[in-house]
Amino acid sequence: MRKRSKGPAAPISRGSGAGKYGLRTIALAYLALILVLPVGMVFYRTFENGLRPVLQALTDPMALHALYLTVVIAAIAVPLNTVFGVFCALLLVRRAFPGKRFLSVLVDVPFAVSPVVVGLSLVLVYGRTGWLGGWLAENGMRVIFAWPSMVLATIFVSLPFVVREVVPVLQEFGVEQDQAAHTLGATTWQTFWRITLPAIRGGVTYGVVLTTARALGEFGAVSIVSGKIAGQTSTLTVHVEERFQQFDLVGAYTSSLVLAVIALVIVLGMTLLRPKEAGS
Amino acid sequence: MVPARPAPPKVLRRTRVRRSTLLGIGLVTLYLSVIVLIPLAAVAWHAAELGPAAIWRVVSSPDTRAALQLSLFSSLAVAAINAVVGTIIAWVLVRDTFPGKTMVNALIDLPFALPTIVAGLTLLALYGPKGAFGVNLAYTRAAVMLALLFVTLPFVVRSVQPVLMELEQDVEEAASALGAHGLTVFRRVVLPSLLPAIVSGAGLSFARAMGEFGSVVLISGNIPFKTQIAPVRIFALIESGDSAGAAALAVVLLLISFAVLLGLAFVQRWGRGGDEEA
Amino acid sequence: MKKTTAVLVLAALAAAALATLAACGGGGAKVALVAYSTPREAYAKLIPAFQKTSAGTGVEFTESYGSSGEQSRAVEAGLPADVVEFSLAPDMARLVKADLVDKSWDQNQYDGFVTRSVVVLVVRKDNPKGITTWADLTKPGVEVIEPNPFTSGGAKWNIMAAYGAQLQQGKSEQEAKAYLADLFKHVPVQDKSAREALQTFAGGKGDVLLSYENEAIAAQQAGEAVDYVVPDETILIENPLAVTKDAGSSPDAKAFYDFLYTQEAQAIFVSKGYRPVVDGVAGADGFPTPAKLFTITDLGGWDAVNAAFFAPDGSVMASIEQGLGISTQQ
Repeated sequence: MRKRSKGPAAPISRGSGAGKYGLRTIALAYLALILVLPVGMVFYRTFENGLRPVLQALTDPMALHALYLTVVIAAIAVPLNTVFGVFCALLLVRRAFPGKRFLSVLVDVPFAVSPVVVGLSLVLVYGRTGWLGGWLAENGMRVIFAWPSMVLATIFVSLPFVVREVVPVLQEFGVEQDQAAHTLGATTWQTFWRITLPAIRGGVTYGVVLTTARALGEFGAVSIVSGKIAGQTSTLTVHVEERFQQFDLVGAYTSSLVLAVIALVIVLGMTLLRPKEAGS
Repeated sequence: MVPARPAPPKVLRRTRVRRSTLLGIGLVTLYLSVIVLIPLAAVAWHAAELGPAAIWRVVSSPDTRAALQLSLFSSLAVAAINAVVGTIIAWVLVRDTFPGKTMVNALIDLPFALPTIVAGLTLLALYGPKGAFGVNLAYTRAAVMLALLFVTLPFVVRSVQPVLMELEQDVEEAASALGAHGLTVFRRVVLPSLLPAIVSGAGLSFARAMGEFGSVVLISGNIPFKTQIAPVRIFALIESGDSAGAAALAVVLLLISFAVLLGLAFVQRWGRGGDEEA
Repeated sequence: MKKTTAVLVLAALAAAALATLAACGGGGAKVALVAYSTPREAYAKLIPAFQKTSAGTGVEFTESYGSSGEQSRAVEAGLPADVVEFSLAPDMARLVKADLVDKSWDQNQYDGFVTRSVVVLVVRKDNPKGITTWADLTKPGVEVIEPNPFTSGGAKWNIMAAYGAQLQQGKSEQEAKAYLADLFKHVPVQDKSAREALQTFAGGKGDVLLSYENEAIAAQQAGEAVDYVVPDETILIENPLAVTKDAGSSPDAKAFYDFLYTQEAQAIFVSKGYRPVVDGVAGADGFPTPAKLFTITDLGGWDAVNAAFFAPDGSVMASIEQGLGISTQQ
């Protein structure tokens, strides 16, 4: 195994002391400017006018339905992408075939596609004049401007994360243990479930958490394919924009706060569950 | 899952693709097709309806060219900044200690998790006209950059961190003991090992920045030639009724990002020095 | 095994969630209203008012609001709609062309329009810079907020108001176009939509915003510190309304459509800042009448105007935008 003593967290004469403090200052200042301050603003602006408007906004039925819809869509998209992600990682790491690199890059494509384009693509396929639109309409199935297309959009944008996280862990793990189990008579499923999966659990967990975060936070594509039917097809992100447009800043910031809090909970989950990368 | 089969002799592995592998490829391709490939093909098809001359006209119109330029320039700049600052942050998080480090480390992932529209709102609240600092960056190129830097923050940091942690420090210590300056040690000993991770993270930053829409829209103000980035230009084309033109621009953007990612995949290959299967 | 139980529980939850989602779509006959974003507040009152009438008792609604162009395209792409209202006629024309709305939609006594408004100059409270005319907009140091006409339908009304006003003042077409070019030199930011431009202005940017009267009133009603000036020459904005072909036979949709032309409904529109189309509505005389009011028909109608001013290449606005680009890139 490659792991040697990773060195203590404290640096060993890495250049002058000034250099160390310099780097630390740069890093922390940058983070403060780009990350911490903006997020702090959300908290501040939410409670600027006191607690009552916030509570009102939180209990608004439209906001609650939006939260519910957001969570349900994520609950469908994330497991699907997880199963796909693990399967695809196994394929990429353990098997050889022509075009493997191509497939690997293909999995990354959703990172690069703008949400507007995702929305457009789904309309072109499932819309009234789209490739499948006519057939779907004839058979009474609503995909576009209903929750199925919102799920599809969410799966699209959150697709790469599990694959990306599991691949390096799987590579690190190698095949020896699987082969050993195999020699001892374990079936493929037993090997996977008992040997492989526990070993890559860290990667899977991290991937799942990232996928969930991305799914919760998707706005552009979902907004386009949702049809914005009030109280029915608004996710929380769409709700934030709508509140902002109606001059209801407290409502917008409150819903943003809900999203940010969910995000922080996910981040904390990641820190607790991630294997060796706690950085402490 | 895949059907159980005794592993074929190792020597034959490279010249024959196993049946279970084919099944696996089939399933993966099916999923990718339904979710990603068919919708994107519909976009390409829609663009193709225009005919090559019209496509060229849309893609090369001054508005589009300027939007593409701004997107490319901003995304490259963002990737470059992330490469440098991200490495510094990763270094500080791995090699340094200070109170609150665990919390700072936990916060790095926040941009992944925070919805883009919230990012836009918060940046607007902070650096916009009614912002806390009296700095008014809204509707400027700086605003576009700020938004993009926010959403791409974790990519390089999280790529470099694990590699940095795995690095053996004895070579660095030896170089230091021999009198090499800190920066030289970094440049000659550490950087070569980190480069693939940095490049990979920077590539993902680039791709994400090229596609970013939600957070930028709120803060950038959408002035053609000044702050209208390509995804917003796509939206403008759709609004004008030119959805085929929008599709054409989308395909161009996609091809650029795809080329970058493919290039990076090759770079990663040499960096890792070749693995057996991967 | 604990894991199997966990998986089964999750699966059951997922199934339950899916079932509820499907129900979320809502069964039963509902009137689907699809409109542009501004009348949301008005419909919040109109729908309950309609449900109190005998024709409207027990009728349920689904509502969707968004920018006019987006909504029109959504209906074209399959968004179910029974009653549609847009900000400008071309968005309705799109649906006629897609065979979703009958081409006789504009044959009622109001030409198919249900509300009106005018383009106004929105200024800060108490108008500190004293902006009252179109000429004031091109004075040095004045910043004008105006959405991008290639992404916003509302922007087109604003631009044609500015252009037509010049013609009304006796200028030639050439001079009027020159005015537009000059005007856009004063525009520091072009937002994606009219509502976003209003947000930008409310957020502190710019000295004057070009917008509709009803938008300005909505902002005031929401507590924003803005005032507005109705210039002497301005354009009459007319918002089209129709029942779609799909809903054609549904009596509820037709009943709602008719209701929107009653005194009661028009009065609700008035309370939200819209000018009525029906005569004799209470509160209608509260709206100032501009000295020189003209319509899009006076300027040649939307088809001609769109082609001449807003075509993506070669039109008046395209050249102006490109002209801006070239000068700002230096």
